[in-house]
Amino acid sequence: MPQATSMIRFENINKTYQGVQPLHVLKGVDMNIQKGEFVSIMGASGSGKSTMLNILGILDDYDTGHYFLDGTLIRNLNETKAAEYRNKMIGFIFQSFNLINFKNAMENVALPLYYQGIPRKKRNILAMEYLDRMGLKDWWHHYPNELSGGQKQRIAIARALISQPKIILADEPTGALDSVTTDEVMDVLQKVNETGITMIIVTHEFSVAQRTKRIIHLKDGLIESDSTSHYEIP
Amino acid sequence: MRFLEFDTLTEILTTMRENKLRTFLTGFAVAWGIFMLIILMGSGNGLKNGITANFNDRATNTMMVWSGRTALPYKGFKAYRKVNLTNDEITMLKNRFKEIGAISGEIDRNSTVSFTTESGSFNVSGVQPGYGLINNMKIKEGDGRFINDYDINQARKVIVLSKKVADVLFKNKKALGKWVKVDGLFFQVIGIDTNNTMNNEGKCYIPINTAQKLYQTGNKIYNISFTILGFTTKEEIDAFGQKIRETLGRQLIIHPDDLNTIGLWNQAADYEQTMKIFSTIDLFILFIGICTLIAGIVGVGNIMVITVKERTKEFGIRKALGATPGTILRSILLESIVITSLFGLLGIILGVGLLELIGKAMGVGNESSEGQTMQLFKNPSVNLTLVLGATGLLVLSGLFAGYIPARKAVRIKPIEAMHAE
Repeated sequence: MPQATSMIRFENINKTYQGVQPLHVLKGVDMNIQKGEFVSIMGASGSGKSTMLNILGILDDYDTGHYFLDGTLIRNLNETKAAEYRNKMIGFIFQSFNLINFKNAMENVALPLYYQGIPRKKRNILAMEYLDRMGLKDWWHHYPNELSGGQKQRIAIARALISQPKIILADEPTGALDSVTTDEVMDVLQKVNETGITMIIVTHEFSVAQRTKRIIHLKDGLIESDSTSHYEIP
Repeated sequence: MRFLEFDTLTEILTTMRENKLRTFLTGFAVAWGIFMLIILMGSGNGLKNGITANFNDRATNTMMVWSGRTALPYKGFKAYRKVNLTNDEITMLKNRFKEIGAISGEIDRNSTVSFTTESGSFNVSGVQPGYGLINNMKIKEGDGRFINDYDINQARKVIVLSKKVADVLFKNKKALGKWVKVDGLFFQVIGIDTNNTMNNEGKCYIPINTAQKLYQTGNKIYNISFTILGFTTKEEIDAFGQKIRETLGRQLIIHPDDLNTIGLWNQAADYEQTMKIFSTIDLFILFIGICTLIAGIVGVGNIMVITVKERTKEFGIRKALGATPGTILRSILLESIVITSLFGLLGIILGVGLLELIGKAMGVGNESSEGQTMQLFKNPSVNLTLVLGATGLLVLSGLFAGYIPARKAVRIKPIEAMHAE
């Protein structure tokens, strides 16, 4: 067994949304995720799971505590630096796919590389490779509105993988899919995880969470339970 | 910075191509603004050039005097006396004022002019050779000549026809050298005047002394016109006109306070007045031009605001994928510049192209016209620097209008942006 190294470490993370009625969403969360783990974060709406995902993805800042991503303290980054970290370390998968409508499959997949300054030709070659891995090579010239939900999500996965991120954050990746497609997409995510990429899925579907190796339950801004329950559930 | 390189441009062009309607709407506001501006300014200039050209058909500085009835009694003469100009006044003016160049008296009457079975009533004017120069008459090669000194000396019975008269009497046949009948006397045609300014429509010219004999008016003339030399300002010309009046007043025994008996017209005053109208037209065109430009600016601004709003989600996605706010801002602004410049150029090409076509069509029309239409429109052109400046202004305003909402849009957290619909 390889030496486990920490990929994500939350130390007493607090987050309050300011407003007329300040909302204390995360109330001192401690969490540790090792490299290569396959984790799901569950919780009812309002439990703070989306906020946690945003902080994990450097899409939002936190108030107090420490967040280490692959040993780097992520704190008070300016937008440019945050964008650079997102680009190099994190791959995102969203419930609504978030593909760009006026770009075809290949261009969508290649987009993160554009922001790394990789030349167009090389970008497209790589994008075709990743599309091929998702079994969508023949669909490269199709636009998102010409594709099914499952196909769209697989393109989004290819896009998340192309920059070879350290972690993949998936926000309800199967929320818009039927059960058959959900299985397909989860198979893909599992295979991705098997290549060694840390995978974190935020979901409220237990059947999805079941397919991961560790389930973290959030309730009212705190971790309620953290179990490698995958093997325990019949 | 690599984001200003070819790849960025390709990315922008792809975005433009895939969002045709948006690109078109933004571009249209610019292209239309520039197009209208060019058409407006071109038309204004065309009008100005046309009328200026008409002025140039006459010698620039000419003056005309004529006489009327006195209002005051003077030196034994009663008031309301009819004062007549005569040949003596022509000689006197010519001898006394070195400022006078060409000079010509005129005496005219409507006469029946006929050739074989064709005839018509035309204004037949007795004039001197100077008349041609004063009225900038250009008789074309092959159309003969104007009245000269020999015609006057020998009181020849020769006649110059305006093109309209020649057309009526001779149809398509050659008129030069033929004999036409004027009130029962035969005159030989020595020239055809093809000038197409309105005042020589249907006019015939004969030597002044021949006319005086024909009309039996003795040495009386109706008016004297002459060119004046060496004046630059309206004030100088007005002063000179006053001097002419005073001189004629003394010669014709008119009370010094009654000089209005002598009518005087000078083209300089007329010219100046027209120029005043022009500066008003210019101002008006400028005003409309500015309004058009403002409409264009508002149009571009509006579309940029909507565009940015519409693309908020896309920006959110791009940010999640690693686009920095700067990159996105730059791409929005660059896109705005590319669209506004390209369509501005299109507007310039279309506008200038249309003006050229109009200019050409009008030019052809003038040549084929039968000397009737006064040239009201000529060489419509625009100041290219001004047009380029206006385009630049639109590009800048598009940039500015895009910058404010874009800055706001790129500041939104990617998560919020992605939820925006």
